[in-house]
Amino acid sequence: MLEPHLEVTFEELKHLVSERAISGETMVLNMGPQHPSTHGVLRLLLELDGERIVRCNPDIGFLHTGIEKNMESKRYDQALVMTDRMDYLNTVGNNLCFTLAVEKLIDIDVPERAQVIRVILVELQRIASHLIFLASHALDLAAASVFLYCFREREIILDIFEMCSGARMMTSYIRPGGLWRDVPDEFEDAVRNFVKIFPKRIQQYEDLLSNNPLYIDRTRGIGEISREDAIRWGLTGPALRAAGEPFDLRRAVPYTGYERYDFDIPLGSKGDTYDRYIVRIEEMRQSLRIIQQAVDSIPAGPWRSNNRKFVPPPRSELGHSMEALIHHFKLWTEGFSAPKGAVYVPVESARGEIGCYLVGDGGPKPYRVHFQTPSLSNLQVLPVLAEGCLVADLVAIISSLDPILGDVDR
Amino acid sequence: MTLSDRAVAALKKELGSGVLEVESFRGETTVVLDREAIVRACEILRDTPELGFNRLASLTAVDYWPDEPRFSVIYQVFSIPHGQYLGLRIPLQGADAELPTIESVYLNANWFEREVYDMFGILFEGHSDLRRLIMPKDWEGHPLRKDYPLGYEEIQFSFNFDEIDRRKRYAKE
Repeated sequence: MLEPHLEVTFEELKHLVSERAISGETMVLNMGPQHPSTHGVLRLLLELDGERIVRCNPDIGFLHTGIEKNMESKRYDQALVMTDRMDYLNTVGNNLCFTLAVEKLIDIDVPERAQVIRVILVELQRIASHLIFLASHALDLAAASVFLYCFREREIILDIFEMCSGARMMTSYIRPGGLWRDVPDEFEDAVRNFVKIFPKRIQQYEDLLSNNPLYIDRTRGIGEISREDAIRWGLTGPALRAAGEPFDLRRAVPYTGYERYDFDIPLGSKGDTYDRYIVRIEEMRQSLRIIQQAVDSIPAGPWRSNNRKFVPPPRSELGHSMEALIHHFKLWTEGFSAPKGAVYVPVESARGEIGCYLVGDGGPKPYRVHFQTPSLSNLQVLPVLAEGCLVADLVAIISSLDPILGDVDR
Repeated sequence: MTLSDRAVAALKKELGSGVLEVESFRGETTVVLDREAIVRACEILRDTPELGFNRLASLTAVDYWPDEPRFSVIYQVFSIPHGQYLGLRIPLQGADAELPTIESVYLNANWFEREVYDMFGILFEGHSDLRRLIMPKDWEGHPLRKDYPLGYEEIQFSFNFDEIDRRKRYAKE
């Protein structure tokens, strides 16, 4: 048995810093993983020339929970529950991504009502996630009051989730074939109420930050990236759109009926921290437009598929239908089987493209699940954005990329 | 002629026998390539103006142990101008799990390839910094391989206490 090598040798990590660090001209500093401004357990190895960053090496994996490995030993319906725990600010979006992949693999129909409700919930989730971005981003730049306002509005959204699914964050509400259950009667009014009050609140955040000279000083021209570089580095989501590339999966590869809704793709011009902030503010407004259109067009009808080989029968049938009882029993003991094959389903989450690569082997458990997560794609670009910045600006850049470490490490 | 048909035709014309097979499932096209052809294939897909696959969306692998070829490395490239995906798949033998890096074509392959190396032990020739990405540096084995167990602590009984205790590396001090 080999002895564990817990100490890292100098030679192994030499290539991470420049020649100047070896001669002692620059300083190597460890930042994180327990640091309030790294948004979780992100560790950065910084090489500093005074206050300026020469090189920045992200070190990730502190929140690795082996979700992909664990899913291989769970049935499809059990694996769905784990997607909530991945990106814990975009739980409904993750449910949707995995569910769409399973639905594509088993080739099942989804009723119209379920699709419209899915869109409403996912857009509410996008707003909730952007609110957390705004709250923590402003707090990192010492604007503490924005934090409180953002959490006030997020609470309304979480109440709506609780109303539908019984859980505030870990909802597991979107299931293969439709939804877990129908939305309650109060749902529409609650969503309409939110749509009514929220535009004023967005204006309040903008009043606090958008023209604030202190805020602009800290964000304009910080962490710039050109449109070409952003594509080459595989940036995604609001960070890519802030660089001026109008790439949004809701428009490029529409899913769940997004082609029916009218919305704009907000763009930045310089790709700096300020643009990433403005793009997200504008996206909240566009999400509201989508929610408004969707809530006006919720059709009546079934909210999950009637295909009993994949979707459990309603409770009311179990008492008098033998066939329903058999389906219920089979679905909750051995689960449904998906055919052999592999699908890749991308979805636009609040942070960008989240892709689910799902391999079925004919059995009730996925053979392999891979999540290509937007936080990982965006965090990879951090060294490019941070080069030449001050340490204080690095904090602003990290929060403007909005990485969720549960999403990075999975 | 759809974009994926044009892409397949362009790859077949340029690479010849480098294209092993073309798979289609649920409307997704996946081109199975020889590993020597991957860098050239990515260059063709990215640089041909009428294809424009300028974004590497996903890079991962699947372990089909104990079958051979054991591994498949899977790429999803996306054409932002045309809004379409194309899958690429490289089959690899278990005893010889090695293929060239595509870091020179898509910069973000850097971390994705590190993750595949970390989780599957597949080596990427010519990679600039092939270290583990997620697991700790001193981790033994590659967790997403199918012959790697899910985990759990071994339970010690009186008859095998010492034997298991010898294997436990961190519990002794």
